[in-house]
Amino acid sequence: MNAVATKPKLAVWKFSSCDGCQLSLLDCEDELLAIAEGIEIAYFPEATSAEIEGPYDVSLVEGSVTTPHDLERIQEIREQSSLLVTIGACATSGGIQALRNFANVREWIPLVYASPEFVSTLDTSTPIADHVQVDLELRGCPISKAQLVETVAALLSGRQARIPSTSVCIECKARGTPCVMVAFGTPCLGPVTQAGCGALCPAYARGCYGCFGPMESPNMPALERQWRELGVDDAGLVRALRTFNANAPAFKEASEELAR
Amino acid sequence: MTETREIRTDYLARVEGEGAMRVRIRDGQLEDVEFRIFEPPRFFEALLRGRHFLETPDITARICGICPIAYMASSAAALEQACGVELPEQIRLLRRLVYCGEWIESHVLHVSMLHAPDFLGYDGAVELARDRRDLVELALRLKKTGNELMRVIGGREVHPVNFRVGGFYRAPTVAELRALVPELEWAREATRELLRWTSTFDFPEYQRDYAFVSLRQPGEYPIERGRIVSSTGLDIPVEEYELHFTETHVERSNALHSTLEGVGAYLVGPLARYALNHAELSEVALEAAAEIGLEPVCRNPFKSILVRGVETLYAVDEALRIIDGYERPDEPFVECVPRAATGCGCTEAPRGICWHRYELAEDGLLLDAKIVPPTSQNQKSIEEDLVGVVSRSLALSDDRLAHVCEQTIRNYDPCISCATHFLRLDVERL
Repeated sequence: MNAVATKPKLAVWKFSSCDGCQLSLLDCEDELLAIAEGIEIAYFPEATSAEIEGPYDVSLVEGSVTTPHDLERIQEIREQSSLLVTIGACATSGGIQALRNFANVREWIPLVYASPEFVSTLDTSTPIADHVQVDLELRGCPISKAQLVETVAALLSGRQARIPSTSVCIECKARGTPCVMVAFGTPCLGPVTQAGCGALCPAYARGCYGCFGPMESPNMPALERQWRELGVDDAGLVRALRTFNANAPAFKEASEELAR
Repeated sequence: MTETREIRTDYLARVEGEGAMRVRIRDGQLEDVEFRIFEPPRFFEALLRGRHFLETPDITARICGICPIAYMASSAAALEQACGVELPEQIRLLRRLVYCGEWIESHVLHVSMLHAPDFLGYDGAVELARDRRDLVELALRLKKTGNELMRVIGGREVHPVNFRVGGFYRAPTVAELRALVPELEWAREATRELLRWTSTFDFPEYQRDYAFVSLRQPGEYPIERGRIVSSTGLDIPVEEYELHFTETHVERSNALHSTLEGVGAYLVGPLARYALNHAELSEVALEAAAEIGLEPVCRNPFKSILVRGVETLYAVDEALRIIDGYERPDEPFVECVPRAATGCGCTEAPRGICWHRYELAEDGLLLDAKIVPPTSQNQKSIEEDLVGVVSRSLALSDDRLAHVCEQTIRNYDPCISCATHFLRLDVERL
């Protein structure tokens, strides 16, 4: 049996995004060539002009849905993919461009573009899972390289990827970083944010800014109370919740309630 | 009888973002070229309105996952100017150091993984590794050296977290930076090897008399500061950018093109920086350039791969110099008090000058934002290169011509995700 034929076929797709999450795959400098030996990179235009037709065993999807054409394209990709993994905050929640969901994008277009009539865009930026079934989500703005490698390794060995759903606080404890809210009075989204980054921000003397999005069942009222005690007003809280995962349901609902 | 040839690539590979290209030839004459952007717009300038100025670098970083430091550094510089703050020397050097990391990472990615395969007839670096694993491994390790600088200082490679208006959240210790020295020393030799290898490529004989535009700062190769200068005699502070550069709407291409007043198309990026600042390169970089026969002004865009190599070597050398003199600042940042003011900032992204302007209110919220990325400035020049290259390559087969056109675009290392926040979108998809 031909060994090449048994290699899983991987495709990497881009929607509205900064390219940073797919770049994370090329940033796996120590693992990239080994990954390429275990997997057939069938479609990855940022890295190669080669193009192998579907169906694909695994599709990594970066970016959010923001144009009418995206709506069609994601259906086609789903049909061609056995497993569909979304990578990064844009794909899993809509990304920073989902701030348009809280504004009137028609009013925004002329602020950026000279001839608004030519701009073809949807009124919202939405995650991939709003449109098709998603098999696994990797959070983060950007994703964690370690989680990406773990996901690829798990797929290759046919097991489930181990992706934590706890809060960033657990990672601070594991890392031995003192709580920045308790020790320095620095507002931090760590208690409501999903782990995965390795609790980077507190290790760099700043509060978490929630780039991995809300954890499962976050206690938003408790967090808001804590932030108010540290002197943050409602407008400040709304801004903090409206960044790279503004459209993630828990952050969206909390910010809309605060903005009312 | 009329014979029309159309050469098109609907989705350009090995560039950052979504772009397409079309060339139309009628009766053996070049009729039209188009380098198109269909990357969807994300409206950064609009969504920045009403945001707090301290949030700005983290937000603008998300314009580009390949060069986040460029966006963070330009926006921070603009906001520091608005607040009337000047960075202490050690903090400025730390900015320059993390920026060196981005130059190394971005340049090596382009040189070895995106651009080199064009010259050697491979689809990409993974395919190249089947025959030249040693070189691809060397390039990956080199790229990692740049990423390590970003990771140690910034916390991570893509969208570093340790960057703020006024400096950093946390200054690295001397020991943390010293630990990077052995790998950087290895990188100095490795970059020379990469340069020697790329210098053996076959370069098409094509030259253009570009109007070069870059930053210039006496005594150093420009990265994070300087005045805007051109090969046509321009020499202005960054605040005067909009007095000399305009965006014009060209009907044919459905995109906004940047032009320099009285000149027209201009070029930013490695070729421009190198031509305008050659003498400021470090000795090691100058030696390496001389060794591969790279003249002090290079007008062949295909040779930009060599200039990126020389700049990588400079960045490695400069990183070692900064680490050698590094003293940990007492405070990692300068407190910036907002006031009603406008500030401009411009730094040298790996692809060329990245210009920002912000209007700040007294409460620290942004009233207006304007961002001019390098790729949109180069777009007119890319199309002019396509005209030049296609005109002299009409005898080639369609496949071959398409490849040469794609290579012509990839010479620029275009970052389409960046450019889109500013380019007009075309509704028609090829």
